[in-house]
Amino acid sequence: MFGDTDGGYTVNWEHILPLLAVVSSFATGCIIFLLGTERVRTRTFLNVLGAVLMLVFVGFMLFGVSQEIVFQSRYSLAPGIYLAFHADPFSLLFLALSAILWLLTTVYAIGYLEHSPHRNRFFGFFSLCVSATAGIALSANLFTFLVFYEMLTLTTYPLVVHRGTGAAIRGGGIYLAYTIAGGAILFLAIVWLQTILGSIDFTEGGIITGIDDRHATSFRCIFTMLIVGFGVKAALVPLHGWLPEAMVAPAPVSALLHAVAVVKAGAFGIVRVVYDVYGVETCSQLGVAAPLAVAASITILYGSMRAVFQDDLKRRLAYSTVSQVSYIALGAALVGPLGTIGGVVHLVHQGLMKITLFFAAGNLAETLGVHKISEMNGTARRMPLTMAAFTIGALGMIGVPPIAGFVSKWFIGRGAAADQQWWVIFVLIGSTILNAIYFLPIIYAAWFKEPDGSWPHDHHHSRFETHLPLLVPPIVTALFAVLAGLLAEMPFSPLDWAQFIVSREYRP
Amino acid sequence: MVFELSVLGLVFLPLAAGITVFAVGRWGPPLTIIVGLIQPFFAAGVARSIWQNGPSRYRIGGWGAPLGIDLHVDGIGALMVLMTAVVGLMVAIYARSYFATTESEPANQSSMFWPVCLLLWTGLNALYLSGDIFNFYVALEMLVLSAVALIGLGGKPKAVDAALHYVIYAVTASLFYLMGLTLLYSMYGTVDWAILGTRVEPNFSTRCSIVLMTVGLLMKTALFPLHFWLPAAHGSAPAPASAMLSGLVLKASFFVLLRLWYNVFPYEDLRAAGDFLGILGAAAIIWGSVKAIIQQRLKLLIAYSTVAQMGYLFLFFSIPHESPYFCSAWSGTWYFAVSHACAKAAAFMAVGSLAHAAGSDQIKDMAGMAQHQPVAVFAFGLSGVSLMGLPLSGAFVAKWMLLKSTLASGHWHLTIAILAGGLMAAIYIVRVLATAFAVDSRSVRNAPAPMQWPPLILACLSAALGLVAYYPMKLLEIGAPCSAILMGVTP
Repeated sequence: MFGDTDGGYTVNWEHILPLLAVVSSFATGCIIFLLGTERVRTRTFLNVLGAVLMLVFVGFMLFGVSQEIVFQSRYSLAPGIYLAFHADPFSLLFLALSAILWLLTTVYAIGYLEHSPHRNRFFGFFSLCVSATAGIALSANLFTFLVFYEMLTLTTYPLVVHRGTGAAIRGGGIYLAYTIAGGAILFLAIVWLQTILGSIDFTEGGIITGIDDRHATSFRCIFTMLIVGFGVKAALVPLHGWLPEAMVAPAPVSALLHAVAVVKAGAFGIVRVVYDVYGVETCSQLGVAAPLAVAASITILYGSMRAVFQDDLKRRLAYSTVSQVSYIALGAALVGPLGTIGGVVHLVHQGLMKITLFFAAGNLAETLGVHKISEMNGTARRMPLTMAAFTIGALGMIGVPPIAGFVSKWFIGRGAAADQQWWVIFVLIGSTILNAIYFLPIIYAAWFKEPDGSWPHDHHHSRFETHLPLLVPPIVTALFAVLAGLLAEMPFSPLDWAQFIVSREYRP
Repeated sequence: MVFELSVLGLVFLPLAAGITVFAVGRWGPPLTIIVGLIQPFFAAGVARSIWQNGPSRYRIGGWGAPLGIDLHVDGIGALMVLMTAVVGLMVAIYARSYFATTESEPANQSSMFWPVCLLLWTGLNALYLSGDIFNFYVALEMLVLSAVALIGLGGKPKAVDAALHYVIYAVTASLFYLMGLTLLYSMYGTVDWAILGTRVEPNFSTRCSIVLMTVGLLMKTALFPLHFWLPAAHGSAPAPASAMLSGLVLKASFFVLLRLWYNVFPYEDLRAAGDFLGILGAAAIIWGSVKAIIQQRLKLLIAYSTVAQMGYLFLFFSIPHESPYFCSAWSGTWYFAVSHACAKAAAFMAVGSLAHAAGSDQIKDMAGMAQHQPVAVFAFGLSGVSLMGLPLSGAFVAKWMLLKSTLASGHWHLTIAILAGGLMAAIYIVRVLATAFAVDSRSVRNAPAPMQWPPLILACLSAALGLVAYYPMKLLEIGAPCSAILMGVTP
């Protein structure tokens, strides 16, 4: 049942690699569950091994795809339903991002959760999450996407409620309410689409060829449902309500939700729907792209505005995510090569910058007990490296060159200008101003204000400003964020790869 | 040869073991588990033979109708015996440990459990393999008798009360069925359902018999609004008994119902009635889920969830015969039944372990169970995945098939019921899980390993059934009423 549709089954790497990427972290997770909490060394080894293996698989596939090798495998699940994986350039962009950030987050989580209970449960589900993300990235049809999308929902829930406090359980409940309802809508939309089209395989340029009037309304309806289903995880306003509530989770989980997996899965799904299910031309014919662009713009502005009024650092970052992730949807909805490049590359850039910010926020909370922005005066004197990373991430979010965020905004802006959609430029400017309003005071306070006496819980005194596994990841991600911007024109940079993806979508 | 041996073994091995255990009580647990270990092989033998040779008939002793007993096996029968064998084995392993550890219950209940369990098993297999509608009746009566014994096993007044209620309803239901059966026999002179199917004419007496038999079977299958006996009965039986009753026994009467509707009666004339059954199924999903959400006791929650899940099976009656997705709806419905059997048995067993650990089955007492009893909570959660119909459970693939057919035939109300049922299942499952994840520092009794792993294995099975759906679904199409239509048309 494996292999191509024409029946031949041979063991070769083109079929095995995508499966391996999904199964390896799944297996790691299952073994970790069985290990028990005390086996710290074995678990740490397995965790790091899983993450490194994933990187190796992704590296192979990146190289292969740049040589035009097609990685795919197909497995007939039931009559008419296929579990199908393929590694196209867009899958690999997402997968490479998750693989790199997973390794860093694993290191961070090992440091962060030292001595806390139920670590096997935590790391087990953490690995399953990555497996789900890999599945989403590599899925070759909507069915497979849905399978792993729901798996992501289920495996993140135990992480969100990990602490078991009342607030955590409440946050987890809200998270599930949104995501499961979104999943149900998605389920209906996909089955409906299959009854109309038959095939639901992702195809460059879209599956829908030619719309007759009979189906136009159905297609619009299905498009809306698909966007709502994905929009829940991508935190499109008004479906964003779960994201600030899920902030109660431990910092590595927030990193996972905001940068590595969950919101990215939603944004990734939106881009897939616009480009590989409906296709750009069908979207403009149906007139569904413009409403999506408007929804994304509203989300960008609304998220930023709410962020300004938050005093809790993680909540401010959460609203910032609401805003920033919609750049991806906006880029895709502009329906033009330049805007799409901006949106697709922002998938990576936002991930790098946002994870830096969350790592830094976690360090402040864990080392100094600082949770609120009003407590952050002078934190840079106590933790200069952490706050330097934070500053880079924040400046990048605002769009200061040469940090990565500038590149994405630049391309989205150019896309809008090329398409004469001037209002988008105003959205970008407005959002940049708001970003500056809510990030610059933090940076100023951290570097230039005097600390107000002692920190709430300063419980770390050693050679470095905090534990090494907590300190290294944000520095590395901040460095990546700078390099992604500085070296944007180099081969294999995120921008270069995004241009490669988009050139294939717009291939004549 | 393998086929004959397997078919006979499936029926007579548990029967012989059951009689032996009645005589020598202490052989109960080992003998049941040995039978349980052999049954899956027999069931696999039957499935393999059906896969290769198509629907098969077997005359016991070579007598043939009308004197002898004919067995008839097709895809659904084969998969049902396989399901019974696997679920039964896990329940048997669990039950041995369950009765050994729950000391608060009366001592004689475990000695009664084993022979009754074997009898139940005999009844189920006989029913799935039976070739005539009178043997259905005999098997159904065997099930009633053993189910009553299982419900009353706890010996508490509440349990005895529930058992009494059940026996009254079940015997009434059997009478309805028997009247319909007699009518059919008096008109057409045969009880062989395959022959009946060729002779039946749509006249008044036939309609009467259809109504009588259907009502009887609906009562037994606990379709809303005839479900009233179920929660008390399944909620007060000991955990392994509930697992058998909820997971396996309900499927038997549903099996007979579908057999009659699609192999015997002229279903072209039954369209309006079928639509009505579909609506009742949708109502069952909503009502059962609402009641499950508001329960305070875990076992009752699971019992009401059964009411809801049985509703899904009845949606199939609404799918018109000429729909291109009729066949996928058929296999989807049966696969849903299999998935539900595994998930529900796992859920009841997991709840049994949790209730043992916490000392009660109140939901609020489940606080902290994720840290005290992680395996049981994990099993409960995984079976919940199947009840919610999330991937990659068998229920997910089944719901996919059902959704497709309801969408294609324009039954929007059923589509909504399918999705709403999943969402409401999420509410009642997550409610329990959220409580289990709360931090709690009391000390609990530990459930032994055989009380933790069988539910987890079954739950894993139900949550992964979607991954291996291809062959079972093909098996279900063998001898299905849709096979002839499907020729050349692949949706």
